[in-house]
Amino acid sequence: MSRDTALVSADWAEKNLDTQGVVFVEVDEDTTAYDGGHIPGAVKIDWKTDLQDPVRRDFVNQEQFSKLLSAKGIANDDTVILYGGNNNWFAAYAYWYFKLYGHGDVKLLDGGRKKWELDARPYSKDVPNRPATQYQASAPDLSIRAFRDEVVQAIGVKNLVDVRSPDEFAGRLLAPAHLPQEQSQRGGHIPTAISVPWSKAANEDGTFKSDEELAKIYGEAGLDGSKDTIAYCRIGERSSHTWFVLKELLGQQNVKNYDGSWTEYGSLIGVPIALGDEPGKA
Amino acid sequence: MTSPSNIADGCAAPDQSAPIPASVDLQKETVITGVVSNAEGEAVGGAYVRLLDSTGEFTAEVVTSPEGVFRFFAAPGTWTLRALSRHGNGDLAVDATRGVNEVGLSVSS
Repeated sequence: MSRDTALVSADWAEKNLDTQGVVFVEVDEDTTAYDGGHIPGAVKIDWKTDLQDPVRRDFVNQEQFSKLLSAKGIANDDTVILYGGNNNWFAAYAYWYFKLYGHGDVKLLDGGRKKWELDARPYSKDVPNRPATQYQASAPDLSIRAFRDEVVQAIGVKNLVDVRSPDEFAGRLLAPAHLPQEQSQRGGHIPTAISVPWSKAANEDGTFKSDEELAKIYGEAGLDGSKDTIAYCRIGERSSHTWFVLKELLGQQNVKNYDGSWTEYGSLIGVPIALGDEPGKA
Repeated sequence: MTSPSNIADGCAAPDQSAPIPASVDLQKETVITGVVSNAEGEAVGGAYVRLLDSTGEFTAEVVTSPEGVFRFFAAPGTWTLRALSRHGNGDLAVDATRGVNEVGLSVSS
């Protein structure tokens, strides 16, 4: 993958709103943004109600994903352009799902809703009527998803990239600064993880920095290109953003997203935790 | 304990125009709040307000309500607010103390 195949610009998007076979999908946690106005022709996916299993603590399985995309009128051979708020966090999370379930052609809109808004581009309140399809998701590609045991075994062995804010990494906060401090039982980070907040990868308008800038940021932070990598955050969406950067923009092999992230790890019994600003020892 | 209804349990910013939840202890919290307005003094909804720490590092970002309102739960100290909008951008330095710190932030192109 590369920037040319994984990203589209807002200019490209605006020129291709009516292109046959291109489907725009807004993905957010708070879908009131979509309801108040969205990219013309876009359908919406709700991060929680559409992408999470309603009972088990997991995301939707192959069958549920097939059913969701069929109902949204998305076909296996469509080009799917994902975008959303929060600097594309949830769109990047959805991108990771589309890859996990084997969708052929999926891209992120560089800058997401923010860039679209700052450029003063048009919105629509019309909800498109797309006929249902018979979408067939592939079996999940677990080469891009990390589970907790693998994460514990990766301590001191693989690159662990903590993409939360510095205060969350150090254990001073349990959640981002605009949210109440709750969730995991303990604060801190996985020992030997390097701290590269997701925001380092983005410009202030939400677009991704250049490949050269990105390579420099992760290189200087101590990411070892010869090792496999696992990215994590609090609930797996900010780390999808970084997973996208490392795997899809910089083309690194063997990059996984640990979607259990700190909410799971920080509640496990008996696992090692490091406090403070340094990665800590294995 | 249940979360106040205006606070999302994921990572999206809570509704910016809702009242501060009763569970928030203003003796302990440092709230930075205000309204983004344009050169004509009109409130700007849909603006992106970024909270930068004393070194200029990104800390958090919220989108203003239709009334232009934004709010952060920060800590005492020096912060920079930076607003981005289709009407232009603006910056403001804030020396925040415990309790509610109310500011005005104007944007222009």
